[in-house]
Formats: sequence, structure tokens, C-alpha cells
Amino acid sequence: MGSPMRIRTKLEGDVVHVRVLMSHPMETGLRKDEAGQLVPAQFIELATFTYKDRMVLSAQWGPAVSRNPYLSFKFRGAARGEKITISWVDNKGDTRTDEAVIE
Amino acid sequence: MRQERREFLRLLPLMAAVGLLPAAAVRAEEWNKAAFEAKKMDDVVRMLGGSAPQPSSGIVLIGPEIAENGAVVPLEIESKLPDTRSIAILIEKNPNILAAQFTLPSGTLPWLQTRVKMAETCNVYALAKAGGKFYYAAKEIKVTLGGCGG
Repeated sequence: MGSPMRIRTKLEGDVVHVRVLMSHPMETGLRKDEAGQLVPAQFIELATFTYKDRMVLSAQWGPAVSRNPYLSFKFRGAARGEKITISWVDNKGDTRTDEAVIE
Repeated sequence: MRQERREFLRLLPLMAAVGLLPAAAVRAEEWNKAAFEAKKMDDVVRMLGGSAPQPSSGIVLIGPEIAENGAVVPLEIESKLPDTRSIAILIEKNPNILAAQFTLPSGTLPWLQTRVKMAETCNVYALAKAGGKFYYAAKEIKVTLGGCGG
């Protein structure tokens, strides 16, 4: 499940600027640990961003997205006080969902 | 689409939010394994359902000239092409070229910032699908310390 995402929103006119920092190791499968063993790949494959019942962004990622992924994007048509919901699922089936109120 | 299915799909984000769904059901779409295993941009574009990507000045790719740490390379991408429906980030000399792909529904601006890993100095490509065709911008980023192994 990992730690909660850090989600920041800012309404600029009718555009919401969303910034999210996810907590995830994003292991490539190429890195060796201190004992010299390869650390298995573990990375977020899909992330979905939903405003009310509307998908506002969907992302597909490989292991080349940096550890603790950061994403910033903007969409139109949101209102202050409404929620944005962000979910991810990784290649091992782990998943996490967080939400934030638009400010 | 049958009404029940439409209703179910409408509720998916909500159900996911309150933890009613197993991980598999959160997948509103399938991860494009073939695209993420591709080594060349042409192959990625083919796996995304297109062909013959063209260079375009309508795509702006901003990143550092030199990345001291290849594990964290900040990128900003904006497409000024009308009807931009997806943006992807490709890194020429990574083990697999495709790093990330974003689908932009109507109402979402063709702009984003994120951070990626780079194994070594090479071209980074911002690939956009606009008006049903694929276009790209390229930028060489020098990497002091690679960010894929180690």
C-alpha cells in the first residue's frame, strides 16, 4: 500500500493545477542490493486521475519513471471543494488510492 | 454498452476510492507491455497504433542540459498541436525506450511535468498523438551519473 500520496491542487480560473508525489520504489529490476543480489522489478504500471466520475488523466509507466514518482498536470472544469481521486497499481498487483479536495 | 456495465464503469473510481475493488479492477486499461518492451521509437508508435512519427516544433520539451543524477531527470512537456490526445516520453538509450505514456481526455491540458531515469547521455523524445497522427520533439540530455543500475 505504501505511504499516502502528497497531492496539491490549485485552482487558476477554470483550470486546476494538480501536483502529486507518490511513494513507490520504482525498482527497475537492474539494481543490485548490498549483498550483490538483483532487486526484483517493482514499478507502477498504471495511474488514473479522476474528478468526480470523469477520468482526467491516465498514465502508463515503465520502470524509467523516477523513484517516488512526481507528476504535475492541469485540467479544466473543476470546482473548489470537489475531490480528485488518484489510484495506482504496480506490476506486483499492489495498489493505492488517495484523494484530495481542490483548493 | 449495456446499462449495467455503464453504471458499473461509472462507479469504478468511487469503488476504488473506498477500497471495494481488488487491484485488477482498478486497471481501467491494460498496461501496454509490447510498447514498454520496444527499443525504437518507430516500434513504440506502432504499438500505440500509429506509424511514421514526424518531428514537430509544436511540441516543447524542456529539461536540463546536463543531468548530474540520471535517476532524477525533471522534464516538462507541452504540445501546441490541436487535438493532442496523448503524450509519451521516450529515452533513446535506456534498456527499453518508452518511459511513460499519458492519455489526455478532452478538458485536460496538453502539458505535464514529471521525473524520469536516464541510463546515459542520449536523446529524450516527447511524442504526442494529435489529430490521429504522431509527432515528436527531441532534446539531448547529458548524464553525469546513470540512473538505471547501481
